[in-house]
Amino acid sequence: MNQPASAYFIEERHDPNETHTLAVLVQNEPGVLARVIGLFSGRGYNIESLTVSETEAQKHLSRITIVTTGTPMVIAQIKNQLDRMIPVYQVVDMTQTRRSIERELAMVKVRGQGEHRVEALRLADAFRARVIDATTESFVFEITGNTDKINQYIDLMRPLGLVEVSRTGVAAIGRGPEGM
Amino acid sequence: MSDKSHDPNQMTGAAMIVRALIDHGVTDIFGYPGGAVLPIYDEIFQQSEVQHILVRHEQGAGHAAEGYARSTGKPGVALVTSGPGATNMVTPLTDALMDSIPLVCISGQVPTHLIGNDAFQECDTVGITRPCTKHNWLVRDVNDLAKVLHEAFYVATTGRPGPVLVDVPKDVQFATGTYHPPRKSDVHRSYAPRVKGDATQIRKAVALLANAKRPVIYSGGGVINSGPEATKLLRELVEVTGFPITSTLMGLGAYPASGKNWLGMLGMHGTYEANMSMHDCDVMLCVGARFDDRITGRVDAFSPGSKKIHIDIDPSSINKNIRVDVPIIGDCGNILGDILQVFKAEAKKPDIKAWWQQIAQWRARNSLYFKKSNDVILPQHAIQSLFEATRGRDTYITTEVGQHQMWAAQFYGFEEPHRWMTSGGLGTMGYGLPAAVGVQVAHPDSLVIDIAGDASVQMTMQEMSTAVQYELPIKIFILNNQYMGMVRQWQQLLHGNRLSHSYSEAMPDFVKLAEAYGGVGFQVHKPGDLDGAIQEMISVKRPVLFDCRVASLENCFPMIPSGKAHNEMLLPEQANDEATAKAFAGGKALV
Repeated sequence: MNQPASAYFIEERHDPNETHTLAVLVQNEPGVLARVIGLFSGRGYNIESLTVSETEAQKHLSRITIVTTGTPMVIAQIKNQLDRMIPVYQVVDMTQTRRSIERELAMVKVRGQGEHRVEALRLADAFRARVIDATTESFVFEITGNTDKINQYIDLMRPLGLVEVSRTGVAAIGRGPEGM
Repeated sequence: MSDKSHDPNQMTGAAMIVRALIDHGVTDIFGYPGGAVLPIYDEIFQQSEVQHILVRHEQGAGHAAEGYARSTGKPGVALVTSGPGATNMVTPLTDALMDSIPLVCISGQVPTHLIGNDAFQECDTVGITRPCTKHNWLVRDVNDLAKVLHEAFYVATTGRPGPVLVDVPKDVQFATGTYHPPRKSDVHRSYAPRVKGDATQIRKAVALLANAKRPVIYSGGGVINSGPEATKLLRELVEVTGFPITSTLMGLGAYPASGKNWLGMLGMHGTYEANMSMHDCDVMLCVGARFDDRITGRVDAFSPGSKKIHIDIDPSSINKNIRVDVPIIGDCGNILGDILQVFKAEAKKPDIKAWWQQIAQWRARNSLYFKKSNDVILPQHAIQSLFEATRGRDTYITTEVGQHQMWAAQFYGFEEPHRWMTSGGLGTMGYGLPAAVGVQVAHPDSLVIDIAGDASVQMTMQEMSTAVQYELPIKIFILNNQYMGMVRQWQQLLHGNRLSHSYSEAMPDFVKLAEAYGGVGFQVHKPGDLDGAIQEMISVKRPVLFDCRVASLENCFPMIPSGKAHNEMLLPEQANDEATAKAFAGGKALV
């Protein structure tokens, strides 16, 4: 109740945050990504991960996958705000449907020699990461999986000489025979 | 080639723009020429179907187009050049977005090959206006232009209306291509606003309404945007149910202020009876309003005991600020029609006598009370006098933003929709004068009055020149208290009466200013002279600046203080003692 003098009603909300993955089907036209990102920055929503690519070239459709966090009311707002944009066809909450698969790809560069090098290869094998580039003192691994698995792999590589990571961000798709 | 040269649909981009305006029934546009729109101005010069009103600043064009749109229900059109022309449109576009006003802005752009080169008068217009339009387009190919223009009109006027912008590079204006008249396929397949409400939800709503003990209808600008049918149905619903009705600032006029179920406006400066009814109701029917923060007061204490029905065409308005029980997405005219039909067939007028008795008690508090003076004109009194003098006339009112705006909303009774033009969401000082220009263009024979404040009106004063040029007899009724009144009021109530930069030291002589523009000036100091001067102002058929000198430290009440709920309003009699004494202590030195 310690309200500072203000023309606005300042209120703190204490609802817990949730993380949701949204798939947004859009018309692939100039500026469409800027519109979507601008909505998030303009309204103060979070983007934890963003992946975008054209998925149906003939129909000029692109699919944007966004991982975001917020209270349930904010998540509902984000979906509604996205849905009312003119070039947006459809917004699907992949988290809410609970029947979706999420994957990310990462390329991980590790530099080292001797025992570190052997250990890195051993762990790569355990995580089903592939070697896609090698020198006598380095590897680049390609690893695919959900965000947690990739985070875990990167953590393990850190003491073994982690140099650089490049990640695609999350892509998601629903299970079962039905399309979006 | 020879076939094509005889094809009447082959034309330049500039010609397409004028043709599209004509095809969409546009008769008046507001604009300002410049390098990047000269081909379009050349086309305008060579035709007579579209009248162009030359403003003095692009912001004026935007607000004039807004006034035009709000008073007619048709889209307003503005034409501006690249760079500063476009950036000056940002305020009106944002204003129109916040208040859901259909606006089509056409902006010139530097030639395509120069885009991105920091060319003269270049700016990223679509980038800058992306968050302040419902949608915008940059047209790079003349053969896309017709489709984009038609889509622009469609998007601006359907669903939740709003502003759109079409940016047209100069080479596209010069290039020749194929025009086609408006057709269905011109619109994004992804854009399909929902019109019809869900039948199950409508039944749920009727069940709540039919069993209500303490109902209230809370209507907003959406009813007016939906068109005359929605207004008619809203009035019928009030009649059939016997429910009390309040409205947002934007919705004034949908239900007549003289109607017996009218509670007055609600919200921060709404009436006691409207806000108390909202707080204590058991069923709330929100039609075309959006639970804005000026309406709700403290969100966690907003109408705690009620079931809420929310009708809105924009799904993102649902559960944004306030969680509702029965959301119905669609056009409010359409849904009100369905609700009425079901209600009439299955329900009967609930007995809410006890509720009306309670409301009568709140009403008796007389929350709009003010004490008239014989020495100094009270601003509330000035608006009452203006209302009495214009009652029954064909009148349109615009306002600027601040205390005068709230007093206008409280003391001017609106009987019909589309008669009240005010900047609600964005709160744009300087809106009212150019908006009055736009209203007068649309309604040349009507009485158009801008109820203004001395600070706001100076923000767009230059449009007096437009009014004089086009012989638009707008009346600028300035409640001159020499302060930015609402800023001063907040400083008094919340910042220890430290009146930081809210006093205008060098007020222009508005009478001389009016005369300098070629208009007519009035100045009134004494309450006894007010009515006569207003009559004189009305009879003048030229643009008028009316300098109405009012009490300088009057506050706007009633008021919901910050952080408070609807049932914790500050009423005029409570506010007068301590608070105003404090104001005089600090303010005397200034006046």
